[in-house]
Amino acid sequence: MAFEKDCPHALPESSDHKPPHEARRMFLKQSSILTAFALTPGVAVKAADLKFEEKVAAAFEQVKVTLEINGKKHKLSLEPRTTLLDLLRERLQLTGTKKGCDYGQCGACTVHVDGQRVNSCLTLAVMQDGKKVTTIEGLADGDNLHPMQEAFIKHDGFQCGYCTPGQIMSAVACIREGHADSDEEIREYMSGNICRCGAYPNIVNAIKEVKNGGLKV
Amino acid sequence: MNQFQYVRPTKNKAAIDTVTKDPNATFIAGGTNLLDLMKRGVVMPEKLVDINKLPLRKIEKESGAVRIGALALNGVVAEDKLVLEKHPLLAQALDAGASAQLRNMATVGGNMMQRTRCPYFYDTALPCNKREPGTGCSAIEGYNRMHAIFGFSDKCIATHPSDMGVALAALDATVLVSGPKGDRKIPFVDFHRLPGDTPQIETNLQKGELIVAVDVPENNFAKHAHYLKVRDRASYAFALVSVAAALDIENNTIKDARLAMGGVAHKPWRLTEAEKALVGKPVSEHTFRQAAEVAMRGARAFEHNQYKLKLAPNSIVQALKTAAGLA
Ligand SMILES: Cc1cc2nc3c(=O)[nH]c(=O)nc-3n(C[C@H](O)[C@H](O)[C@H](O)COP(=O)(O)OP(=O)(O)OC[C@H]3O[C@@H](n4cnc5c(N)ncnc54)[C@H](O)[C@@H]3O)c2cc1C
Ligand code: SF4
Ligand code: FES
Ligand code: FES
Repeated sequence: MAFEKDCPHALPESSDHKPPHEARRMFLKQSSILTAFALTPGVAVKAADLKFEEKVAAAFEQVKVTLEINGKKHKLSLEPRTTLLDLLRERLQLTGTKKGCDYGQCGACTVHVDGQRVNSCLTLAVMQDGKKVTTIEGLADGDNLHPMQEAFIKHDGFQCGYCTPGQIMSAVACIREGHADSDEEIREYMSGNICRCGAYPNIVNAIKEVKNGGLKV
Repeated sequence: MNQFQYVRPTKNKAAIDTVTKDPNATFIAGGTNLLDLMKRGVVMPEKLVDINKLPLRKIEKESGAVRIGALALNGVVAEDKLVLEKHPLLAQALDAGASAQLRNMATVGGNMMQRTRCPYFYDTALPCNKREPGTGCSAIEGYNRMHAIFGFSDKCIATHPSDMGVALAALDATVLVSGPKGDRKIPFVDFHRLPGDTPQIETNLQKGELIVAVDVPENNFAKHAHYLKVRDRASYAFALVSVAAALDIENNTIKDARLAMGGVAHKPWRLTEAEKALVGKPVSEHTFRQAAEVAMRGARAFEHNQYKLKLAPNSIVQALKTAAGLA
C-alpha cells in the first residue's frame, strides 16, 4: 500500500508535551487522518501510536494547480481534497461565494467556470486546473455594478442576502444560456438556487428587467 | 473528506489500468455524486482517477444510433440538436434532473453510476446492507416513503435515482464499456442489477471497466414521447415516481410502444408487458389504463410508500396521454 511505502516506520517518536490548545489541534488533525484510514485499521492504529500525523499529511502529494480567478492568474499547490469553494473562501479569501449546504443542494456556492455556472462545493479545485473562474467579486466592472447586481438592488431581490451571490451568478448564466424567456422558464432554470427568505418573485423581476433591458450580461 | 491521491490520465488505457490495479482507486467524472458521498464518509477511495481529460465528450451519429460520450455533460446532451431531434425523451428526462448548475457538471457515465438516495445509505450511523453488507436494512421497517415497489429483496428496498436512466431503459440504449479484458457492450436494461443478496453491487460493470459511451438506436418515437416526473416540489428534487413513455402511432393505432418507470425499483424499471398490452390498440385513455394495470402487476408497497401503488399507474396513464397528444 502506498501509505506504507511513503511512511517508513523509522519515524520520530517525539511525543513531547504540547500546550493544551496545541494538543487539541493535534488531536483534531490526527482524527481526520484516522478517518482517511478507516479502511485499514491496523495501519491507522499504528499511526496513532507513533504520533506521526505530520508525516502522514506530508505523504499525500500537494498538487500544483493553475487557475485564473476573476482575471488574475493563481499558481497554487493544493491538497487534492480541497473543493473549489474552500479554495476560494479559505485560501484566497474570496468570501463572496457562500457555503450554504456544501452538498449541491442550495446553489449558494454558484460560480462560473469557463463561463458555465457550476456548484463550487461539489468540484475539486484540482479538477479545474487551467480553467477560468468568475466569482461574484469578479462580476462588477471596477466600481460599476453589473446590471444584474443593480437589478437585484432595485427589485429587492434579497432579504438576508446569504443566497444572493449565488442567485446573481446563476441569474447571469440563466440569461446567457437563453433560459429567461418567461417567468416559468426563469423559475425552472433558477431552481438550483434556494432562498430561505423567499425573495423569489423579486428575483424573477430582477432577471426579467435585465433580460428585457437587452444589456450585455 | 478523507485524504486521497489524485491522478489525471489522458488515455483510456492508463485510467483503466490504474483503477484495475488499485483496489481503492475509483474514477471521478463530474464529481457531483462521488464528492457528496466522500464528504459524508459513505465512500472513502484512496485514489481518484480524474477522467475529464479522456476523449469521451462527443455526441455523434454512429451507424444509425446516436452515440453519446460518457463525459458528455447532462446539460449539453439535453440541448444537443441531434438528441432533441432523434430522442426528445432523453432530453426531457435530463432536463428534469437536478439543477442547471449540476447538469453543467454531471456526466452521462456518472449519472448512470450514481448511488441511491436512500437516507439510511447516507447516514453512516445506521445499518445499511448497501453501505456495509450484512448490517441490515434500516429502511424496511423505517421511513420508506421514497422506496421501491418492484424488484426489491429482504436485503434492500432502495430505488435508483436517475432520470436519464429511465429514458435510456425505454429507448433500448446500449452501454459501451472498455476494461482490462477489452471492450464490450451491455444493453442498458441489463446494466443495473436488482439488489438480491448483494445490494452493494449495483451494476454489472467490473472493477476497472470504464464507460466510454452510450448508443441510442434509431426509432420512430420522436413525435410521441413524454417524460413525466412527479416530485415533492416543482423542480430540483428526486422523483417519487417518473414515467418515460414513447409511442409510434399510425391512424390512431399504436404500432409500437416503450415504457419505463423511475423511483419504483433498484434500477430503471422497463415495462415490457405493458408495452405489449399497448401494441395494436387504439389510442385511448381506456387502452392506457389497461396497460397501467398490467404494469402494476406484482407491485408491493411498504408502510410509507403505499401512495406509489396509486401514483404509479396514474402517472403511466398521464404520461401516455401526453405522449399521444390526448392531454
Ligand atoms: C442536489 C442534487 C440533486 C440531484 N437531482 C437529481 C435528479 O433529480 N435526477 C437525477 O437523475 N440525478 C440527480 N442528481 C444526481 C446527479 O445527476 C449525479 O450526481 C450525476 O449525474 C453524477 O454524474 P458525475 O459525472 O458528477 O459523477 P461522479 O460523481 O463523478 O461519479 C459518480 C460515480 O460514477 C463513476 N463513474 C463516473 N464516470 C464513469 C465512467 N465513465 N465509467 C465508469 N464509472 C464512472 C464514479 O466512479 C462514481 O462512482 C442530483 C444530485 C444532487 C447533488
Ligand atoms: S434500502 Fe438499501 S440502501 Fe436503504 S437502508 Fe436498506 S439496504 Fe441500505
Ligand atoms: S453550498 Fe454548494 S450547493 Fe449549497
Ligand atoms: S435572501 Fe435570505 S436566503 Fe435568499
